[in-house]
Amino acid sequence: MLKLSWHAISGHLILILGAIFMTAPVWVAFMSSTHSAETLFREGLQAWPGGHFFENYNEVLFVEGGVMKRVTASMMLWNSLLLGIGFAIGKVVISTLAAYAIVYFRFRLATPLFWIIFMTLLLPLEVRIIPSYEVVAGMGLLDTHTGLILPLIASATGTFYFRQFYKSVPEELLEAARLDGANAWQFFIDILIPISKTMIAAILIIMFVVGWNQYLWPLIMTTNEDNYTLVIGIKQIYQVLSEGGELPQFQKAYALTILATLPPVIVVLVFQSWFVKGLVESEK
Amino acid sequence: MKRVQFSHSPIPYLFIAPQIIIICIFFLWPAAQAIYQSFLLEDAFGLSSQFVWFKNYKDTILTDAWLQSAGFTLVFSFLVTFLSLALAMLLAVKANEVIQGARTYKTLLMWAYAIAPPVAGLMGNLMFNPLIGDLYYFLNAMGWDFNHKLDSFDAGFVVILIAVWKQVSVNFIFFLSGLQSIPKSVLEAATIDCKSNLRRFWTMTFPLLAPTTFFLVVINITYAFFETFGIIDTTTGGAPGGSTSTLVYKVFTDGFRGNDLGGSSAQSVVLMLMVLALTVIQFRFIERKVHY
Repeated sequence: MLKLSWHAISGHLILILGAIFMTAPVWVAFMSSTHSAETLFREGLQAWPGGHFFENYNEVLFVEGGVMKRVTASMMLWNSLLLGIGFAIGKVVISTLAAYAIVYFRFRLATPLFWIIFMTLLLPLEVRIIPSYEVVAGMGLLDTHTGLILPLIASATGTFYFRQFYKSVPEELLEAARLDGANAWQFFIDILIPISKTMIAAILIIMFVVGWNQYLWPLIMTTNEDNYTLVIGIKQIYQVLSEGGELPQFQKAYALTILATLPPVIVVLVFQSWFVKGLVESEK
Repeated sequence: MKRVQFSHSPIPYLFIAPQIIIICIFFLWPAAQAIYQSFLLEDAFGLSSQFVWFKNYKDTILTDAWLQSAGFTLVFSFLVTFLSLALAMLLAVKANEVIQGARTYKTLLMWAYAIAPPVAGLMGNLMFNPLIGDLYYFLNAMGWDFNHKLDSFDAGFVVILIAVWKQVSVNFIFFLSGLQSIPKSVLEAATIDCKSNLRRFWTMTFPLLAPTTFFLVVINITYAFFETFGIIDTTTGGAPGGSTSTLVYKVFTDGFRGNDLGGSSAQSVVLMLMVLALTVIQFRFIERKVHY
């Protein structure tokens, strides 16, 4: 027997309203991206699919001058992927190494170095954005991938994730490894890394999303159109939109918005359980 | 710190070196620069500068523009934190109760985590666009003379709405996992003792969620301070008249658009101090009152 109480019905109602609130804006953006500029201009936002899907996305993705002077959305997609993947891998490599040193070694500078790393958690890039820009400019790294990724890696969130995880690894493991004659590097590569695989995957997913979604730093770092990421590209096309005297190309702005949203959303949905685990576990 | 460890050797320094080098170049050095520059006054051409002690602080912090921005940041952070936490808690409690469709609800409520704040900002901005925005027409048809380009209250409304929307999913994920970690036996005992759902929430669930809530309050304040930069830049740009400019946004506009390096650095330093104060409060005062 299906017993439906008032309480259960109201629960479903609240959840449905919540789900609509969270999805409607993206749904409308997606649907509007499949209509022509004329329809959008005449009738406003669209809630159902139109017939211009291939035309709009083709123009945005592959036609030069479709969105900006030279750069196409597929090039921006590539830049975003590079930033997301480079950021995630860089962060994981650096933080697994640093966390290993902190947890498994006793050395003289351990405490001061730990506090230096801890300090980066407190002060986000946003508050030291201008001096950071000057440092990167001084090193001649403006408009390069290195200059884009390295300053973002400086914050130590990843190190704390792995520090927490390593602490929960049983001590017998190291004792056994040392009895077998493993040195520090062998223990790290052959034992610690394999058992942290799930954790590494979870952090990679989270950091990919964080990297892909970077805004302020790429915005001031990249002056050359060729280096725009999708997130930066949307902002530019939107500025063009609100100035132009011609028919505003809202469908292109929406197509670009959807392209910028899709990859991180897919990653989060596909790896949902890992991602949630990583996010929640890491904050303990 | 492990009980069993590797002994003294230069090896740990090799492992920790990449992180420390990056931090020194891209964190410590710029942070020190910010502090140093906050005491300097540059001439109009940036050719020479002189040490002026706290003049920059006096000239930027004690201005109406900064105080207005600080006021907005406080109101904004409070509302965004409160609203997104309340909404997420309500949804998480309901999602934890339902049996049918629980997975679908959870996915639909948490996926927006992946959307970048500036992308959320642009989507929201277009919904309020006078040319095609349905919400713009709707609010005006409802009799609200809505114009977020001119009216500072309306602009604040747009920014807060989008900032809350973007943050609900993160809070939802944490609340849900907090709820799921409450032991089944405790839930059953509570159901036997107390029939009222509402009372059970306030006397049992809410206190048990306190550690999660406290942690999320800190996360949300940090979010409202820093990560909402993308939302503000893509919606109002601080307009009208700087009424929706948060402190971080003002650091950026004064430094990059206004070219006032000293003043912008002074603001950065004040922001750093505020974040440090927040961390101290977190560790000293609130954590003692939350029972784990």
